[in-house]
Amino acid sequence: MTVAHAVDGLLKPDTSAHSPLLSVKDVTLQYKTREHIVTATFRVSFDVFQADRFVLLGPSGCGKSSLLKGVAGFMAPVEGSMQLNGQTIDRPGPDRMMVFQEFDQLMPWKTVQQNVMFPMLASGRCTRKEAQERALRFIDKVNLTKFRDVYPHMLSGGMKQRVAIARAMAMEPDILLMDEPFAALDALTRRKMQEELLQLWGDTRFTMLFVTHSIEEAIIVGSRILVLSPHPGRVKAELNAHQFSHAEQGRPEFGALTQRIHNMLFAERIEEEALAKAGAAHG
Amino acid sequence: MASASLITPLVRPEFEHATVEAGQIGEVERPLSTWERLTNIEWVRKAAILITLAVIWEAYARYVSNELTFPTLVQTMQALWDSTVSGPLLERTFTSLKVLLTGYALGLFIAAVFTTIAVSTRIGTDLLSTLTAMFNPLPAIALLPLALLWFGLGTPSLVFVIVHSVLWAVALNTHTGFLAVSETQRMAGMNYGLRGVRYVLKILIPAAFPSILAGLKIGWAFAWRTLIAAELVFGVSSRSGGLGWFIFENRNQLETANVFAGLTAVIIIGLVVESVVFRTIEMHTVRKWGMQR
Repeated sequence: MTVAHAVDGLLKPDTSAHSPLLSVKDVTLQYKTREHIVTATFRVSFDVFQADRFVLLGPSGCGKSSLLKGVAGFMAPVEGSMQLNGQTIDRPGPDRMMVFQEFDQLMPWKTVQQNVMFPMLASGRCTRKEAQERALRFIDKVNLTKFRDVYPHMLSGGMKQRVAIARAMAMEPDILLMDEPFAALDALTRRKMQEELLQLWGDTRFTMLFVTHSIEEAIIVGSRILVLSPHPGRVKAELNAHQFSHAEQGRPEFGALTQRIHNMLFAERIEEEALAKAGAAHG
Repeated sequence: MASASLITPLVRPEFEHATVEAGQIGEVERPLSTWERLTNIEWVRKAAILITLAVIWEAYARYVSNELTFPTLVQTMQALWDSTVSGPLLERTFTSLKVLLTGYALGLFIAAVFTTIAVSTRIGTDLLSTLTAMFNPLPAIALLPLALLWFGLGTPSLVFVIVHSVLWAVALNTHTGFLAVSETQRMAGMNYGLRGVRYVLKILIPAAFPSILAGLKIGWAFAWRTLIAAELVFGVSSRSGGLGWFIFENRNQLETANVFAGLTAVIIIGLVVESVVFRTIEMHTVRKWGMQR
């Protein structure tokens, strides 16, 4: 019951008072393949508030990555609207920094420090001196000071992702977009990175939109989880998860939430299977 | 017989013990021997290859022992020295290099314009791929008669054919390199608000640099070949001949050692450009960045 109290306590700061930072309304996203137009998401709505750790969770094919690309400005919605700070998103920009899953997101021709400085200089946001200062600060935050003059090909996967996170955070964007940033890491490194990310959030309270297909990661990393169903992506539920971190992983509440989301995501499959069985029996 | 179908794994006792002190292992690291170190240096290995080839040349030429068809290495080097110090070789080389560099630079510039158009518009891509498919297989020398007709005898004709030989190879390689730049890097670049020329300069060119460098090397080799061939055929006409003309002249006078000296000069310049210019660029770019071994 302590958890329930905690929820009440944390929810009290009334979110209705301030307006959402990112507001996605009835967004339908489609992309073209050579032969088809595929609907990735259908009329998805959600609001992200300041300092939210907002997670888009769903199986593959639920359009969560497409949604993130939409927010990043790489994909225009065919229906609905996406607004950041009240302004409609129409192109990619440095106010929304993206961290990708792939390790090749770092520029191989730049050292760690140059990589972190690159967006600050390219967008004209900082002077060289300022950029350097900020870069060093954030490289230190992700514990890579020793490696700041090293080229990315000499780093491990986890270190590359840390650089990418430092690079995105050093820009101090309105919102941090993370597209399964830890999916390509081994389990131990992933856990460590999740812990570090939460620690960083504790320090600076940035806002992030985090995409994952792992229920466990969603609960640990997220403060609020948008559960999406696949083909096309539609909103299934929006849940709170701010009370959980690694420490609570063994708790029954954690297990219950995992189970609840699991049932949500796989209920359809169970139904389908049952129908298929029934059909087979009749046939 | 029945037990063979399903084997139960043996359950063995568990154990746990302290790891052995590293000091007891002895040699964990060992410096390489002098020989191993020496053979690890690239230029030492390459020098060994060159020396072996030189020895084979000298031995074969002595065996044939016919100055008119196959001079020895020593004779060739003597001729090279003489024609460099007292002969026209140096002057001829400079003439060739000047024409070559003009053509190469112009070719690169036009290739850059073409590929920039090609990456920014779809019709530009089609244009480049069609033109490349049409003109890349066309030998530059085949265009020389036409060039002479248009530009007259002399340097402009030579520059024209060199541009032709450089342009398509470089444009094709650069464009292929641009197409191969990963989607993630492209999105990252756009994420920073880079667009247009800045996007090409800051993202596409460095990301495609291995292909671009390969294109530059191929273009350089093509330019050399075209120039020497063009001079061999038509060099007579230009007022101050180049290396190709030097080779042609000496062949006519049956100074075979000088012909070899001229060829050696072409080879030496090729080696120097490859091992000094391109290698330096490579070391400071693609190798340092880990994009190429």
